[in-house]
Parts: sequence; structure tokens; C-alpha cells
Amino acid sequence: MLERAHREDYGRIVATLIRVLDGDFGAAEEVVQDAFASALTQWPREGVPREPAGWLMRVARNKAVDRMRRSARLEARVGELEAAAPSVDGAGWQALPDDSLRLLFTCCHPALSPEAQVALALRCLCGLTTEQIARAFLVSPATLAQRLVRAQRKIRTARIPYVIPEPEALAERTEGVLHTLYLVFSEGYAATDGPALLRVDLCEEALRLARLARSLLPDDAEVASLRALMLLHHSRRRARVAADGGLVLLDRQDRSRWDGAQRDEGLAELEAALAMGARGAYTVQAAIAALHAQAPRAEDTDWAQIAALYARLVVLTPGPVVALNHAAAVAMARGPEHGLALVDDLEASGRLADYHLLPAARADLLRRLGRKEEAVSAYRRALALVRTAPERHFLEARLRELLAE
Amino acid sequence: MKYLLMIYENEKAAETLSEAEVQRVLGEYGTFTEAIQRSGHFLSGEELEPTAAATTVRIRDGKRLTTDGPFAETREQLGGFFLVEARDLDEAIGIASRIPSARSGSIEVRPVREFTMPQD
Repeated sequence: MLERAHREDYGRIVATLIRVLDGDFGAAEEVVQDAFASALTQWPREGVPREPAGWLMRVARNKAVDRMRRSARLEARVGELEAAAPSVDGAGWQALPDDSLRLLFTCCHPALSPEAQVALALRCLCGLTTEQIARAFLVSPATLAQRLVRAQRKIRTARIPYVIPEPEALAERTEGVLHTLYLVFSEGYAATDGPALLRVDLCEEALRLARLARSLLPDDAEVASLRALMLLHHSRRRARVAADGGLVLLDRQDRSRWDGAQRDEGLAELEAALAMGARGAYTVQAAIAALHAQAPRAEDTDWAQIAALYARLVVLTPGPVVALNHAAAVAMARGPEHGLALVDDLEASGRLADYHLLPAARADLLRRLGRKEEAVSAYRRALALVRTAPERHFLEARLRELLAE
Repeated sequence: MKYLLMIYENEKAAETLSEAEVQRVLGEYGTFTEAIQRSGHFLSGEELEPTAAATTVRIRDGKRLTTDGPFAETREQLGGFFLVEARDLDEAIGIASRIPSARSGSIEVRPVREFTMPQD
């Protein structure tokens, strides 16, 4: 209960204390964890305080003061620490938004590895435990703990600053933050193995971070675009998984199971992003998701516009996977033979030699063109390359359907 | 805080530069060095002779082993360095990105260890 209710307070309190403790992540985390531990023993006995966040902040602050006195340094900072929690009983305490923003930029500093950035953000900003993050990323708690310790040590020894970047570096650094949030979301969204519920949790943490980034950088069009993209994808979550745990593709999803409120929020975010002049890769992806979201039935999808948006995305973020999606959209918009021509080009380039989705896409297009034998052999090639079980089941089912025809 | 900015470049590629290109790069280094001297970041900086002039020394079982060449063969070689004073990593990265070789090679930014009194 305590954890659920005060996870967001955790990030805010840590953010404040890191600043006051001179950028010492480890020390800030320790005192905040101590404060939560005190709450666990005191609240059941004495009742939940009227201002739980203020109570936690006050206890954490006192522990930080003790700590600083013990280390007999920076007496002057004690004053600053007092100022961070103005009233004696901690009532009405608010973290400075700047502190959360500092924490976000420090966790997502490009001098840290992407894995470490993700882990730090989930740990410090979302208050997930080391065990929870380890489970979500399918690594051992020991590995993850080591990753966090190394990252915190680098922050300290290389002196990664606890600041909001200078205006001239802000755009570049914001891009890095968004990429980290995108990684967290993709990890949760693309997962078709592992305990599914935890992965959904990861999407929700990414959404939480995106909301935080959005409130901290309200004038950034790309932040709004990324949040729109996440909301629109996440609104389809309930329809993406079949009762047997298998993956349900977009054209076969029961659209009544989409989360309408979340979709509308995503569409509104996209509107806001476009009004701010957003034209980046996240915007284009969000626009594609929006077109899917607005089609009442799969056959109502505006494939011509989606194909045009993918053509734009190929320019913005060139890559074989985007090119494959472009080919699929072109096939829907103009006919399978046009899509097949693009897939053939892609195959000839040799860039996706070991990627199962290339023969899978080929197989689907050949099937629709009535070239059954070629389709069967393409499905078999895809099956030889596929790695996750749900995708394997999906391809096997398609192959069975085709052979039964 | 002190940072060592180590300049790694492909020596072989550098050998193929024309005299005019070498002069241009030297000019850029001169301008850069003056700028960080004026701003107070510069502590020291040197260009190194190529790895062909390198010698590696080890003591094993009390015996000195001297061999020709660098300790490790790599695609890019250490060709020079700047020791700078910077507020934090962001400032050091900002300085490193202005080193002319950042555009052709890479700059490794390493904090210099600070010895402080143990806490607690």
C-alpha cells in the first residue's frame, strides 16, 4: 500500500535530496529508503500522517542532516536542506519541478550506457525496486544492482552534473531523454515472452515518465509527440493479446477492447504536438498510430496516408525495419504487387538476411497474390529464423491456414 | 576538477594528409589551444610522436622486459592529449568536442582521480 501510494513521492523526494546532498545519488537514495522503512513501522502503529509526502520528506531530511553532521562537512548545506522542507512538520511540502527535471536529465545522461539510463530512471524517478527492474528486463537482481552501482559511481567520479542542460545543449539532451523513455516503453510493448503483467508495468512506467517529462518541458513538441505515440499504442494493449497469450495483429484486433479514453488523450497530445510544429520521427509514428486508432474497422484504415507517413519515416530514421513497414503499408494502399516489389528490393540489399519478418512479410504478400507455393516456402524460411514462441505460433497458424486452402 | 582529454586518431590516415591539410589542422589546434588558455581551462597539452616511436616496458619477476611498439594494437592510436580544468563532465565534454580531431578521430574524456579525506 505504502509503495503503491507513494511511488511518485519517492522520485520527488530523491530529486530534492540529491541536489541538497551535492549530487550524491547513493546517499539520497539511502536516506529516502530509510524514511520509507520508518513509515512501514510507524504508520501502522500511529496512523498514516495527514501529509504523507511531507512526513516522508521531513524524516528523509532529518536522516540527511544526521548523515552530513556525521561526515562533518558542508555545514552550510544544512541550512539549504532546512529550506528544502520549509515547515517543521513537513506539511505542504512540494518538490521543485526543477529538481525532478535535473534528476531526469542526469539519469538519462549520454555518458551513461542506455541500460544504465533506463535502470536509473526506473529506480530514481519511478521508485521501482532493483528486483522489480531486474525482473522486467529479465536479468538477475545482482546484475542489475551492479549496473546501478556502476552508474552511480560514474556520476560521482566523472562528476556528471545534477543540472538542467544549458539552452544550447537542451535539444540534444532532450532527444536522449526521449530515447531512454522510448526504450523503456518498447521493452514493455514488444515483449512477447516473460511474465506479461510485468511488461505492461514497464509501459505504464514509461507513460509515467513521459507525463513527467511533458509537465517539465511543456513547450517541447517532441516530448508531446512521444507521449502521444505511447498513449496511442498503449490504448490497444487489451486487444493485442489473445486468451491463450498469443499475439493478435492490428487487423484482427477486437477494436471495442481498445481503451477509448487513453486513445483520446493520445489524439489530443498529437494535436498539441502538431500545433507546436512537431515534425520529427516520434510525430510521424504517432500520426500513423492515430490513423489506425481512428479507423472503426480494419478495412476503414487510411492506408494511402499511412504509406505516405512511412515514406517520410524512412527518410527520418532510415532502417530496414522501417522500410519493411513501409512496404507493408504500400501493399495495403496500392496492392500486394507494389509492396512485394519493395520487399524484393529490401531482400536484394541483403540488410535483413537473418530477420524473420522479411520472409514473413513476403509470405503474406505472395499469399494475397495467390502464389501459394512461393508463400509456403517463404513461411518456412520465416519459421527457420523466428525466435519467440508467440511469433512462431502465429506463423505456424498462418502456414496451416494456407496449406488447408 | 581535472579531466584528461585523450585524442585518438588513425595514424595511417593522418600520414596521407597533404602538406596543406597538415598546416590547416595545426592552425586549428593553435586557435583551439589559445581559446582554452584564455578561458582558463588549459593545464597542459602535447602532441605525441606516432606509435612507431613507442616502447613498452614491464617488470616481471623482477626482470625488465622492453618491447617495441604500443601495449595494445588498436584501430585508433593515442596521438596527443589535453589536461584541462572543468566544472563538471558536461563542461569537459564541451571542450573535448571543440578539439579539431573530434571530427576525424575520437576523444576519450577521463576524470583525474581526486584524493579526498575519507568520510565517515
